[in-house]
Amino acid sequence: MTSFAKPNIKLKNAKHNALGLTRHDYEGAMSTLCAGCGHDSVTACMAKAFFELSIEPHRAVKISGIGCSSKTTAYFLREAHGNNTVHGRMPSVATGAAAANAGLTYIGVSGDGDSLSIGMGQFAHAMRRNVNMLYMLENNGVYGLTKGQFSASADIGSKSKKGEVNIAPPIDPVTLALSLGATFVARAFSGDREQLVPLIKAGLKHNGFGLIDVISPCVSFNDHVGSTKSYAHTYKYYHPAVHADYVPMSEEIQTSYAAGEAVPVELHDGGSILLRKIDEDYDPRDRGAAYAQITERAAQGEIVTGLLYLDESQDDMAAVNKLTDRPLNTFPYDELCPGADALIELQKGFR
Amino acid sequence: MNAPDGWTHKDGVPPTDTNDPDYFHKVVDCQWACPAHTPVPAYIRLIAQGRFSDAYIMNRESNVFPGILGRVCDRPCEPACRRDRVEDEPVAICRLKRVAADHKDDITDRLPKKPDQTNSKRIALIGAGPASFTVANDLAPLGYECTIFERFDVPGGLMRTNIPAFRLPQSVLDEELGYILDMGVDLRLNTPVSSMKSLLDEGYDAVFVGTGAPKGKELNLPGRKEGAGNIHIGIDWLESVAFEHTKSIGKKVLIIGVGNTAMDCCRTSLRLGSDDVKVMARKPRSFFKASPWELEDAEAENIEIMVNHSPKSFVVKGGTLVGMVFETMEYTLDEKGGITGQNVTGEVEIPCDDVILAIGQENAFDWIERDAGLEFGKWDMPVVDEMTFQSTEPRVFFGGDAAFGPKNIIWAVEHGHQAAISIHQFCKDRMVTGRLANEVRLSSTKMGMFEWRYSNSFDGAERRTMPHVELTKRFKDLGTEVELGFTAEQAATEVQRCLNCDIQTVFDAPLCTECDACIDICPVDCLTITPDADEGALRGALETPATNTDQALFVSDALPFTERVMIKDENICLHCGLCAERCPTAAWDMQESKIIIHHVEDMA
Repeated sequence: MTSFAKPNIKLKNAKHNALGLTRHDYEGAMSTLCAGCGHDSVTACMAKAFFELSIEPHRAVKISGIGCSSKTTAYFLREAHGNNTVHGRMPSVATGAAAANAGLTYIGVSGDGDSLSIGMGQFAHAMRRNVNMLYMLENNGVYGLTKGQFSASADIGSKSKKGEVNIAPPIDPVTLALSLGATFVARAFSGDREQLVPLIKAGLKHNGFGLIDVISPCVSFNDHVGSTKSYAHTYKYYHPAVHADYVPMSEEIQTSYAAGEAVPVELHDGGSILLRKIDEDYDPRDRGAAYAQITERAAQGEIVTGLLYLDESQDDMAAVNKLTDRPLNTFPYDELCPGADALIELQKGFR
Repeated sequence: MNAPDGWTHKDGVPPTDTNDPDYFHKVVDCQWACPAHTPVPAYIRLIAQGRFSDAYIMNRESNVFPGILGRVCDRPCEPACRRDRVEDEPVAICRLKRVAADHKDDITDRLPKKPDQTNSKRIALIGAGPASFTVANDLAPLGYECTIFERFDVPGGLMRTNIPAFRLPQSVLDEELGYILDMGVDLRLNTPVSSMKSLLDEGYDAVFVGTGAPKGKELNLPGRKEGAGNIHIGIDWLESVAFEHTKSIGKKVLIIGVGNTAMDCCRTSLRLGSDDVKVMARKPRSFFKASPWELEDAEAENIEIMVNHSPKSFVVKGGTLVGMVFETMEYTLDEKGGITGQNVTGEVEIPCDDVILAIGQENAFDWIERDAGLEFGKWDMPVVDEMTFQSTEPRVFFGGDAAFGPKNIIWAVEHGHQAAISIHQFCKDRMVTGRLANEVRLSSTKMGMFEWRYSNSFDGAERRTMPHVELTKRFKDLGTEVELGFTAEQAATEVQRCLNCDIQTVFDAPLCTECDACIDICPVDCLTITPDADEGALRGALETPATNTDQALFVSDALPFTERVMIKDENICLHCGLCAERCPTAAWDMQESKIIIHHVEDMA
């Protein structure tokens, strides 16, 4: 869809954020995805989250791999840094970038193919290392870019557009993340922006690796009757269990919920994530119980969504490895690269 | 799209009934605001295609005088224009109309014809102004024998006598009045009607009064009588200028009043030899009655407008007017700009050679005997029905300024259309109130991927500035038209500024998959999907809240998956079609709405 452009209209009553920017300042190039693609909604939600957090666009980094989802980094934050990496290698590049400059906000955008097949190892290790980034996994159960083959997240029994039934068991990124020790694990649906935008904000502010597995239907190859990743199926079976809101330090938490329902979790930056249980017996602070609930309900066909697990107590990669807070590009060259003699000295220490 | 069975108010706002012809009509703000409901975007598209004759004919069906109105219309359409709400200036609708009129081919073959035989119904039309001519335009082709009585030796009414030729050339007036006269209308010049009773005695089947509001208001202050030779009533003076009885005026002229007549008086004075013209306003600028563009044009000619000067007396020395005394005023205004108090702060005498009073005009019905069968009511005005324009004497109808006091040409045209319907109904022995309801017809504009049969992409161009004759050249004679009309390039740009508000966003709820694509793509955030609620909550649910409650909020039927509703703020929609372009199921479609507004020809 390159033959039309979205005009930038300066509305007289447009909302401005703390930087004086409007939401349109957080948009990017025109999407070339199919009309109705869930990814475009996710893109809009990411733009909105960055807008609402008043993050300067040039202080954000977008990294992606290969696939329909990975194209979307071009469609938001036109003034941010970005890197469209090799297929499945986004987590490595993000890890390196985060190590080199801890002062930026990192968002990785990937899909079920990029993350759960070719990039599965990279995806797992980024979680294991607790890289300080938000990882958006736009999950539609098919390889849309190659015309709709089942991906590794396709459910058993889900039908392809031609009627073929999937028989291989799916990889669920959420339970995978729980088992690997991820500290922020969420599931969402591209059709529910009221849930998704606050989740993205919370994920960006979480210290460490944040995963949001977003059910994001493929309108062209996986939106038919019999598909378990269609709009109709997801609207029918998705079930918000825990709502999360990011509350900056400057704002006092004002809960209008009954006592015990809303739990504030303090963040590294002094703000907090306000967890609001929609299911009373779901506990997003208990990894084991969360895992049990999610798998149990998935077996019944239910798609449990929301901030499903949060642990703010773990150190992120930079802290564990005692990396410098100072961006490497601010070091003078001879300090950053002290030369062969310094290397020899360093190596002596390892002998 | 009606409320489902069992729907109650507690469930939220009911689905919008887009079958109501007024719904989509109202979205086309310009057409809705136009008293004659001219289909503005449709004719602008014709101009864009270079189809000037088609654009002219489309205009003419609604407003009868495109060439005249393209120069001097009060343009209620422009303040209503949606473009004004997404940037600063409305589309130059009025002057685009002139483009169609100026560049059309010979269209005489396409006009209604004089019928082969009449229907033997005789209609007397009093006053050869826009109202009477509209009635004749509508009735003559149907076979009615229309006779227009005019007191002067030229037709046109105030369009001829009060609008100076530098704004409206005589040739344009003659051409458009001529089209109607060619339909077999009998125009009797130099024939004032001095008695309604005797006219009624002549056995006309119906009488239409289109005599306007020909009496200028007087300002009785000390010195008025003594200085009478140099104190003029605005509209009488303009008339005298138009008929070339008055060919000069003093060097220093004061205009009292700041309406559109005042603007014509001050600019005419400059052309008759004065070099110092001041327009004296009693109140601050926000209270001026003149249209902003007329003020602009006058000020461009170095007319000085003095605010807060209240006339007190005329100063006459040795039998000659030498000046006027004004009280200087100070006003206190409330938040909304209304006057809450006033103070006289002093007095000032301003020297002048002539004064022109332009403080309003009134009707003059001294020729209608009070026992002619017409009831007179408030302000000694005849009682006229607001819908049928019929007086209490069933045979007598009114229209234009004669009906309800001074308005403008485009209102006179609409009155004429309505009065023609009433006269026709009356002559057919039908209920005079009988009208055909408006209709709306929708047709998809989709031609293919990214292809619509209208120019849907938003053009950020600013309003074009009308080129004028140089200041040094325009005062030599009264007939030099100041506005030159848009150049081809200007017209080509200006037409693209139109947002095509008549290409409607039509939503089919059962097709929606709630993918949000339309919401994300909308450049003005005017859409969202949300649970139904009361209107205030729905308006607040939009990313950019719908605060302009004068504009409708579209609410769809319940959506298939979640029973939420699609809402759309009609206020700032650009009609760019991106929602429909992004919609995977064609739940949104861009459909051209034709508002069918019936004239008398449809009622035969």
